[in-house]
Amino acid sequence: MAFPEAFTRRTFGHGVHAPEHKDLTRERPIRRFAFAPRLTVPLSQHIGKPAVPCVRPGQEVGRGEPIALADGFLSVPIHAPVTGVVEAIRLMPSARGPKTGAIVIKTYAADDQQVLYGAPRTIENLAPAELIQAIQDIGLAGQGGAAFPTHAKLAAAREHHVETLIVNGCECEPYQTTDHRLMLEWVDDLIAGIHFALAASGARRAIIGVEDNKPDAIDVLRRRLAADASIAVTAVRTKYPQGSAELLIKVLLKREVPAGGRSYDVGAVVQNIATLVMLGRLLPPGQGLIERVVTITGEGVKQPGNYLVPFGTPLGFVLEQVGFVGDMSRVILGGPMMGTAVSSLDVPVTKATTAIVVLPVQPATASAPRMYPCIRCGRCVAACPMHLNPSQLGLLAAKREYRAMQERFHLDACFECGSCTYVCPAHIPLVQYLRIAKALNREQAA
Amino acid sequence: MAGPPRIEIRSSPHLHEAVSVDMIMRHVVYALLPICVFAVYLFGLSAAALIVTVLGACLLTEHLFNRFAQKPNSLGDFSAVITGLLLALTLPPGFPLWMGATAGVIAIALGKVVFGGLGQNVFNPALVGRAFAQAAFPVAITSWSPALAPGRFDTLLPSTLTPPFMLPAAASAAPGTVVDAVSSATPLTLQKFDHVTTNTVDLFTGMTGGSTGETAALLILLCGAYLALRRMLDWRIPAGMLGSAAALAGVFHLADPAKYPDPLFTLFSGGLMLGAVFMATDVVASPLTPRGVWIYGILIGVLTVLIRLFGGLPEGVMYAILIGNAASPLIAVLTQPRAFGEVKRRKPT
Ligand code: SF4
Ligand code: SF4
Repeated sequence: MAFPEAFTRRTFGHGVHAPEHKDLTRERPIRRFAFAPRLTVPLSQHIGKPAVPCVRPGQEVGRGEPIALADGFLSVPIHAPVTGVVEAIRLMPSARGPKTGAIVIKTYAADDQQVLYGAPRTIENLAPAELIQAIQDIGLAGQGGAAFPTHAKLAAAREHHVETLIVNGCECEPYQTTDHRLMLEWVDDLIAGIHFALAASGARRAIIGVEDNKPDAIDVLRRRLAADASIAVTAVRTKYPQGSAELLIKVLLKREVPAGGRSYDVGAVVQNIATLVMLGRLLPPGQGLIERVVTITGEGVKQPGNYLVPFGTPLGFVLEQVGFVGDMSRVILGGPMMGTAVSSLDVPVTKATTAIVVLPVQPATASAPRMYPCIRCGRCVAACPMHLNPSQLGLLAAKREYRAMQERFHLDACFECGSCTYVCPAHIPLVQYLRIAKALNREQAA
Repeated sequence: MAGPPRIEIRSSPHLHEAVSVDMIMRHVVYALLPICVFAVYLFGLSAAALIVTVLGACLLTEHLFNRFAQKPNSLGDFSAVITGLLLALTLPPGFPLWMGATAGVIAIALGKVVFGGLGQNVFNPALVGRAFAQAAFPVAITSWSPALAPGRFDTLLPSTLTPPFMLPAAASAAPGTVVDAVSSATPLTLQKFDHVTTNTVDLFTGMTGGSTGETAALLILLCGAYLALRRMLDWRIPAGMLGSAAALAGVFHLADPAKYPDPLFTLFSGGLMLGAVFMATDVVASPLTPRGVWIYGILIGVLTVLIRLFGGLPEGVMYAILIGNAASPLIAVLTQPRAFGEVKRRKPT
């Protein structure tokens, strides 16, 4: 019955099949994580201008209270993740290295940590502009990892008259199960969130794209949406990086976002599952975004699971709570294909943290595997979802011909998914080369 | 266990497919071994001695060049092993060992090292060695021994132990004496010059005269299938090459069945199978774009048939592949994939 569909199930060209490791956490229901004694809440947890603190050191804050305000339209406010006292406002290292401002809050250990702040609203009565404002007020930024302010994206979609809201339920990174659990457990919030996003963006219909390695989620969604004509559920084939916005649009709408263009250009706006769940959950009570569901997993932790973690929780505390294996590890924010290995365990969980993957490192394998010259096997060409020629790009990078990479070989179309590096038998760090080349070109252009 | 773990920093991706250059090359060697064993079964001690000698010459040459250029040891990547085995398999079983060794040295030195080593060579090194042998030793390289000769495991063929810089025993003997006793024509020679066709089953199973490792079509196909299934060989190259060769041969055969052999004969005789599965597929010397690979395979198939039917030699695979190698950089450039989102834009007016 489902047989013919499985054959015609849609996907994009190329890509890779990485072993999944989702079994570690797939069956683990979402649980609340412990409150750390001290949270470090960065002011910049989203793309755009950092929020501006509106509290002073020594001030008591209640859970959910705004502690920093949006600075302009492409910015969102930040709310207190715990009830406690502001200890300091200072610079701290971020996941990607450079220091950013952060508000340090000492948690009141005895407090019951109820959310104390909110501004309940009746969404149906709001005009589009008011709705966008309300979404900005709850501090929502894309939860898929890019952390683009949600209200700004929806407003831009309205401006461009998009007709389709694409809901990204692929979760194609190995190890990650956050979106999967959300679709199973918080489906009502998700559906409410989709309707709010439709109202805010002016799109007429929504398509939820889910990879076919989550049949239970597809089932739950289809049953719940049987009577809802505005939201469709489409199963797509499981392949990395199916969750990239461009590829998902291509798969679901058969439209190709032009190079250098945006999803609006083909009439679509893409939102991640976790973002819409939070939208559905927080908008009616008017509460701020103070925590998110994070897959904490990897062979390096003892209690992998899907946890609701307050923002500002330091990774060191996270590892203490879930227990770690061995004494040398790689701690990755995000998935192992695109995520960043942190350089300090003081780095906190933020709005952009989809997963924390801890991989033990054996001393024997700690040194990088032997690198060979490119043997021109074409595996990287067959893997690149953007249909680039990573081998050629790599050779040009070695010769420092960064401009040629951009002008003749579409360097800018590379979104650094890492597929080419994943498959290269010569162990050439292609995506690293491409990142460097892009950065240097950007510097030169500036 | 006190304190948090020490952390290692590296950039993404943090996973890698379990594949490496040496692993791919090792599997090619595995796939070549059954063919070598079968060659020894067919042709006896001489074939074994030839394989060992050529292999040794290749490895030694690579090793000496590494020492000389103060480069790290590259024998572990197995590419020199492949070159040695492939080269031996393309030579006649009774090929004098000193000539085999010379060809091995040339294959590595002129086929690979001068271009800068692994990954840099333009031509398949084994074929460079073979082309050298063809030019330098034209007589020895066309002296064939029959398969399954009695006593092949007891003594070496007389030509095998020819001392360096001497012509092989058989070929140097006076015409009409022992030559017919030791040498036998290959199916291709018989067909081209005498219009005698060899039974297809013999061709398929390899029970005929020919180069050491090229006769067993079925075995070569099976070994190639193993590599293709492990995704260590691009199946499109042999598919394009065999398909186009069979199609073109079929056209000629239909036009004049008496003069031109049928497609099956074309496919299973001579070095076409070995060339298609193991030589043209050399990753370094073939294009790396999906469309390019098809064009490359088809080009070689067509050239092979044209050279065989209209050239002066009975065999054309070697030259066809070398031409294909030469064309491959150009093919790769002309078949760059269309990048995602690369929409044809209208010219600004
Ligand atoms: S990292 Fe860039 S070049 Fe490599 S596969 Fe992904 S998009 Fe292609
Ligand atoms: S996968 Fe690696 S070795 Fe193969 S062509 Fe690409 S860069 Fe070269």
